[in-house]
Amino acid sequence: MTFLQQTVNALWLGSVYSLFALGYALVFSVLGVLNLAHSAVFMWGAYLGWLAATQMNLPLPVAGLIAILGAGLIGVLLDIIAFAPLRKRNAPRISQLISSLGVSLILVKLAQIIFSAQPQFFTLNSSLSQSIPKLPFKITVIQGTIFVISILSMILLRLLIRHTRSGKAIRAIAMDSQTAALFGVPVESFYRFVFFLSGVLAGTAGLLYGLAFNNVLPFMGDSIALKGLTVIVIGGLGNIEGAVIGGFVIAGLEIASIAFGSSTYRDAIIFLLLILVLLFRPQGLMGEKTVSRV
Amino acid sequence: MQIIWDFFADIGLTQSVFQFMLVNIILALSIFITLYAGIFSLANIGFMAIGAYAGVISTQTFGLPLWAGILVGMIITGTSAYFLGLPVLRLQDIYLAIATIGFGEIVRIMILNFDSLLSVISGKTIILTGNALGIKGIPKITQTWHLLVFIFLALLILHRLGNSRYGRAMRALRDDEQIASGMGINIVKMKSAMFVLSAILAGAAGVFSGHLTRIISPGVFNFARVVDTLAFAVLGGTTTWAGPVVGAAILTAIPELARPLKAYNQIFNGIVLLLVIVYLPNGVADPKLWGKIIRKIKQRKQ
Repeated sequence: MTFLQQTVNALWLGSVYSLFALGYALVFSVLGVLNLAHSAVFMWGAYLGWLAATQMNLPLPVAGLIAILGAGLIGVLLDIIAFAPLRKRNAPRISQLISSLGVSLILVKLAQIIFSAQPQFFTLNSSLSQSIPKLPFKITVIQGTIFVISILSMILLRLLIRHTRSGKAIRAIAMDSQTAALFGVPVESFYRFVFFLSGVLAGTAGLLYGLAFNNVLPFMGDSIALKGLTVIVIGGLGNIEGAVIGGFVIAGLEIASIAFGSSTYRDAIIFLLLILVLLFRPQGLMGEKTVSRV
Repeated sequence: MQIIWDFFADIGLTQSVFQFMLVNIILALSIFITLYAGIFSLANIGFMAIGAYAGVISTQTFGLPLWAGILVGMIITGTSAYFLGLPVLRLQDIYLAIATIGFGEIVRIMILNFDSLLSVISGKTIILTGNALGIKGIPKITQTWHLLVFIFLALLILHRLGNSRYGRAMRALRDDEQIASGMGINIVKMKSAMFVLSAILAGAAGVFSGHLTRIISPGVFNFARVVDTLAFAVLGGTTTWAGPVVGAAILTAIPELARPLKAYNQIFNGIVLLLVIVYLPNGVADPKLWGKIIRKIKQRKQ
């Protein structure tokens, strides 16, 4: 395949990775905790979309909306169950990581019990999986749509965080939650809102990923969970712009390693990169602020 | 004696379940050691995999006896832990957790491709790890008493260690690294020693379990296994060595005792992780918790 074609592949895949990693990064930047149930929400986003589209026969855009909002609600639930009680007690960050792992186990197994471990498929209109004509490279309608939706979501998130009052409050909390509370910011409500946003991002990414490969599985979050971790580490933990760029970097690396014929070591290369970045540039490849690691 | 075994077998705790419980206890002790010293490492299953393959290859390909296989497994995991620890232990909590998750995945992928890699390098077809298929038909030569003796020795060492200046140094390290360093504790050496000790236990657990399950493959040593092991230590608590022992025993036994639960095993583990970390942060085997309960019962009697 040509270089152009590979680049196009990396771009649409990378947009999904970035979207997913954004949710990780958002929670980390505001609350300073790692939400390991993020990939379970991703998987539930895909299942909710599948449920609405194939079992309830809703049109795809409506089904998608249901999936995305549902995933957002799961995010809120996650905060209420796994994070808020520990936050109240001022428990160490690691405790919150462990409790999120617990919820992740429950969510994945629940999906397996309800939907079985067999893969489920969307019934897609065949015109969706055809290439868009008159382009110098191949991209199917669905891949193109995924790319556009991902980029739009990222722009929306940026507008929300940079240019609204709520965004300002979230940034204030991320900087110093106690001072923000003193200035009358309802910190707890905004934490919940951040988890809602993070759930929406995970759900959107899961739905798009499930549509792109037309394959929905209880374990579909496993591999992207680790890739997402690598993405935010490369971008600098809690760095929102970094997460976006990191997603494209990882997708590019993946596509490149397949192109050069070492697809078996694809994941090993990614995890090696993860460890190397952690060791030599824990602030991420484009981060500038110093992060305490000692 | 037979009557006791029969009773346990009747309620679902057969000898093989008991043996797995013992292997899980070794694993739980392995993660306990690092947690006790404030090192949040999730590399245990990676080390278990290295140990399992090193041990099984020693006994199967090279025909060594089990004890030698265990020794080889422990030496190889200990050495790899030392070298991994040199760079990785500079990281802390979440950063260390992420790095060690990455390590576990790398180990799995390396084992998956080990034979092809060796064959390419040497130019001959070499079959050691069996790639994705793993190694099959391993004789079941791990005996219950092997495990019991091993755990006894491990606990003895941990107990002695806990009461020595190393134990105090570990507790200081967990509470505040900077103050510990100010007190003259060599943090780097201390952490490295605990990391190696933890890996050695995980490696031994790997060799034992390889000779119990009779088959090892890269897929067995996945992230779900890491979470299970973490659940043992979290349920029991990490204030004393009794915590991981109790945690592993409970979480291995419950799905067997309550058969309907078995299908929901992971949900159960998830709920345990969640509830314990939220409501009993020191675990169910916390001496203070039991002291409190006993005091309350006594008060009620008066």
